[in-house]
Amino acid sequence: MTEMFRDKIDISLTVNGEPVEARVPAGQHLVDFLRGELGLTGAHASCEHGVCGACTLKVDGKAVRGCLMLAAQADGADVWTVEGLSDLGAIKDLQDVFVERNALQCGFCTPGMLVAINELLEAGGMPSRDQIREHLSGNYCRCTGYEAIVDAVESVARVRAHKGAA
Amino acid sequence: MKASAGGYARASSLRNALEMLAASDGNGRVLAGGQSLVAALNLRLSAGDVLIDISRLSELSGVTETQDGLRIGALTSHAEIGRNPLIRQSAPLLSQAVEFIAHAAIRNRGTMGGALAHADPAAEFPACVLALGATLHVEGLNGSRDIPVEDFFQDIFETAIEEGEILTGLSVPKAEPGEKQVIVEVARRSGDYALAGVCLVTRADGHRLSLFSVGPKPVLAEGAMAALDQGNIDGAVQALQAEIDPPSDTQASAAYRRHLAGVLLRRAAARIEGGNA
Repeated sequence: MTEMFRDKIDISLTVNGEPVEARVPAGQHLVDFLRGELGLTGAHASCEHGVCGACTLKVDGKAVRGCLMLAAQADGADVWTVEGLSDLGAIKDLQDVFVERNALQCGFCTPGMLVAINELLEAGGMPSRDQIREHLSGNYCRCTGYEAIVDAVESVARVRAHKGAA
Repeated sequence: MKASAGGYARASSLRNALEMLAASDGNGRVLAGGQSLVAALNLRLSAGDVLIDISRLSELSGVTETQDGLRIGALTSHAEIGRNPLIRQSAPLLSQAVEFIAHAAIRNRGTMGGALAHADPAAEFPACVLALGATLHVEGLNGSRDIPVEDFFQDIFETAIEEGEILTGLSVPKAEPGEKQVIVEVARRSGDYALAGVCLVTRADGHRLSLFSVGPKPVLAEGAMAALDQGNIDGAVQALQAEIDPPSDTQASAAYRRHLAGVLLRRAAARIEGGNA
């Protein structure tokens, strides 16, 4: 049995477009690996059971919970954190409007919010306020109270939809 | 908290996964999407398990049309169930249910098979497949078995899957022309587990009604089904409230859940009558 199951697993993946190789403990979350081993501290580990959304990452094109995925499961995956999306400029409009609209205070939930919203906006179209709320229902913010966040997402969606139509 | 795992291995095939499960001396836990299992490991509800990761077995994913129904692979994600056109057409109850399940990021990794094998009595999919009359497919080293859904859910987090077996998928009958399928629930917040929920299916040969979050496993409300077949909605609500024994907890009292089940049955029936199903 000991030969089949490993305490430490070798993984090879890309993180924010760069190749990464590592040996990770069997029970390590992906978000802890990114934070502790790679110094990518944008995504936050908070509730650690999938409720709060602060750890949201983009894995193989989809938003996922960084605390409900093991680093071992990310072997071969294409992982993007808020740092990478930020460096690409992929969410610059969203970040600017978050500041403009005061859609954050302490900023703890903001990286997870941005990654979650990025997925919604990448799907295209003009989401309704209800759809925006529904999509962000898994991301908790304990200080701004969501209204400004929904405003920010709505205004970016409107600008992007116009650009798409133009 | 941080997960406590006794080891990890990724299966290269279903056979390989079954061999690892057999070699794990009863400590093996099958890891698919991990949206319940990794949460349980993080909360230390379970510790020291060896994890057998089946999430890359493409043979267990996807939806295919069979002669009289749909076969859904265990690893098909909630998000895929939600957007799959075959499911929308032939088992719309499942498409509707996805909107109630957790949040977008969780639906991206959570799997249908994981939800059924986990058998949370408050979860939507177990009650849905009970209402649809599904057949569950499991495989062990000695071969495969088909389990009617009525025999599958046994108690809280307990199913008919035996030691050494893996749930590989399920079959659901295709909706007949004119068949209506509706799921309704009440939760305190979007994505939370429901305080109570109801799945109602109307077929030419009668109604099927299942409930979730009202007991240790999803309930097929047969007394209420018989009353509905006679067109007696008041009788169905009465029968339903007599045949469930919901728990009281910090979320809701048993009396409130019982009341809610009746309200939800009326809502589901009205949705079907109104043709919005």
